[in-house]
Amino acid sequence: MSITVVYTIVTLAVIGAAAAVILYFVAQKFKVFEDPRIDDVDEALPGANCGGCGYAGCRAFAEACVKASSLGDLNCPVGGNETMNNVASILGLEAVKKDPRVAYIRCNGTCDNRPKTSSFNGATTCAIASSVYSGETNCQYGCLGFGDCFDACDFDAIVMHPETGIPEIIDDKCVACGACVDACPKSLIELRKKMPKNRKVVVSCRNQDKGGVARKACSVACIGCSKCFKECPFDAITMENNLAYIDSDKCKLCRKCVAVCPTSAIIEENFPPRKAKPEVKKETEPVN
Amino acid sequence: MLKTFKIGGVHPPENKLSKDKKIEVLPLPKTVFIPVAQHIGAPSTPVVKKGDEVKVGHVIAQSSSFVSTNIHSSVSGKVTKVDFSADSSGYPKQGIFIAVDGDEWVEGIDRSEDLVKEISIDGPEIVKKIQEAGIVGLGGATFPTHVKLVPPKGMKAEVLLINGVECEPYLTSDHRLMLEKADEIMVGIQLLMKAMGVDKAVIGIENNKPDAIKLLNQKCASYKGVSVQSLKVQYPQGGEKQLINAVTGKEVPSGALPIAVGAVVSNVGTAFAVYEAIQKNKPLLERVVTVTGKGLKKPSNFLVRVGTATSELIEAAGGLPENTGKIISGGPMMGRAIASLDVPVTKGTSGLLLMQEEESKREEIQACIRCSRCTSVCPMGLEPYLLMTLGEKQIFDRAENERIMDCIECGSCSYTCPSSRPLLDYIRFGKGKVGAMIRSRKK
Repeated sequence: MSITVVYTIVTLAVIGAAAAVILYFVAQKFKVFEDPRIDDVDEALPGANCGGCGYAGCRAFAEACVKASSLGDLNCPVGGNETMNNVASILGLEAVKKDPRVAYIRCNGTCDNRPKTSSFNGATTCAIASSVYSGETNCQYGCLGFGDCFDACDFDAIVMHPETGIPEIIDDKCVACGACVDACPKSLIELRKKMPKNRKVVVSCRNQDKGGVARKACSVACIGCSKCFKECPFDAITMENNLAYIDSDKCKLCRKCVAVCPTSAIIEENFPPRKAKPEVKKETEPVN
Repeated sequence: MLKTFKIGGVHPPENKLSKDKKIEVLPLPKTVFIPVAQHIGAPSTPVVKKGDEVKVGHVIAQSSSFVSTNIHSSVSGKVTKVDFSADSSGYPKQGIFIAVDGDEWVEGIDRSEDLVKEISIDGPEIVKKIQEAGIVGLGGATFPTHVKLVPPKGMKAEVLLINGVECEPYLTSDHRLMLEKADEIMVGIQLLMKAMGVDKAVIGIENNKPDAIKLLNQKCASYKGVSVQSLKVQYPQGGEKQLINAVTGKEVPSGALPIAVGAVVSNVGTAFAVYEAIQKNKPLLERVVTVTGKGLKKPSNFLVRVGTATSELIEAAGGLPENTGKIISGGPMMGRAIASLDVPVTKGTSGLLLMQEEESKREEIQACIRCSRCTSVCPMGLEPYLLMTLGEKQIFDRAENERIMDCIECGSCSYTCPSSRPLLDYIRFGKGKVGAMIRSRKK
């Protein structure tokens, strides 16, 4: 009886030792070298796996950072400059400062501004609706309102406005990962430079129709009149296909374009209320 | 037992409201908008400009590649502009606007009703003339007919199948055409047979049209090689692959063309257009359109010039009923809802269906209960519930392996689903994405 126990222990011990020796040599033979810095960098990243950097996830981005000779093309939009500084210090590279960005939905076609001319009764996703037809209004460029961007956002930074049905971005939650930009079949969403106090001056329209057609479809459409283009002192505005575009990297938030836009297609956000307009005075002057 | 295709299929209520209504010629419209992309393949190139005077039958847009076709003016008058305008999808498409002035035809077009039986030209010439006349498949798919008639190298056509099935509920344009233009269709079939070099043609007709079966059977006696096959009523029998299976028993392999089993399928409307193009020298510039719907005063079949606005057809059929919820271009199963009444009739418009408010809305979408009805009705032997999920989750490579490209978009799955799931919506979406994937791979 006791001898059986001894045999068992000895046999198992021998098998165990033999296996350990084999495993040791196998481990040596098939050893995969992994740069320990990948783990360090991965640790420093936010771990959201959102794909906003253009890589499959945080781990893939960490590998790319370790391989790269400079961090110029690599940026984690979620972590921002702080995270990239940490990554740079781990790798002994220099961080390139990047302006933080925020998503903006360039359509203001609410029910009041853009009357519905038909209704869509199919599967309620923007991707399907836009593959079937141009939309429920006469503007083929505008927001469909089925919320593909809302579904795509991993950070709860998009809410569908209950009254207008148009999505809105919560600036403080937006990490500029770009998931909504890819999800929007109408290419309405743009990542714009984050300005101080979240201030914005944006052409909130993508309508490329001629002025009359655009205006008929939506009262706040850009009609391509070029007034803002002529007004801008900083060359931040470009005109293409009957549509104005404000480059957020050049815009200095002077708001001159907002004042001249005849259709209120250019929107200002988060500014303090304007002072009473001096134009009122001008009107009274000739009378006196 | 009557013949039909082997797998799947549904039988929706037929509702052929306009089957006893003779084809009426619709009065000329005041203006027309003729899109340059009315067919599968490359859009044609406009060859007229603003201010040009055109007559009926003038080529106004030329074929731009082999799989493309000419477009002719359907009216006489002045070109007002060549511009973009919304088509049935709401997206702007290029087209030619013509203000109608009188009804002058290009010389050489025989507008009489006399039947011309003798075929005076040979096969290749017929194909060439079909190409020049801008003839496309009038069943709805609008594939250029001349491309079909020239089989790829190493393949040979054995039989011509003529599609007189008209399996879509409500539509009666092919049915009326068979009754009123039987001889012309027969001569058209002879022309197509000569062009392809085959000596056998079968006309497939569903047995809910006994008058057409009887009439064409009588005519067959005087035309060599043509016979009529009556078929059990089953949707989507008018699908090319389903018709081949129903008539010949052969199955077209996945991804292959009908010519792989030696068959070429043409619609009865196409056969009639071929007759007119060759015997009468008249290009394709008008077609029969069924205007129907339960709320409509006067469901009718109209002979309409291409480019006429939808609103004119509805006006002629008794005006737009108040409780119209949806207007569909085509039949209820495969047709598409249109977003505006300015949308023109094109070569592929087989009908207009006005649905009442209460019948036009979809039911609330519910969870899949795994009843597998969609699988059992799919005429292509696919698994629609799976393809829908793959489309929804955007797993397109697997969708390709599950043969999503074989889907003929007949809508039998959505029709039969007890949970009213939008199966076809997602499958069509997935098909678009997989198609783009395949095209980018080839480049």
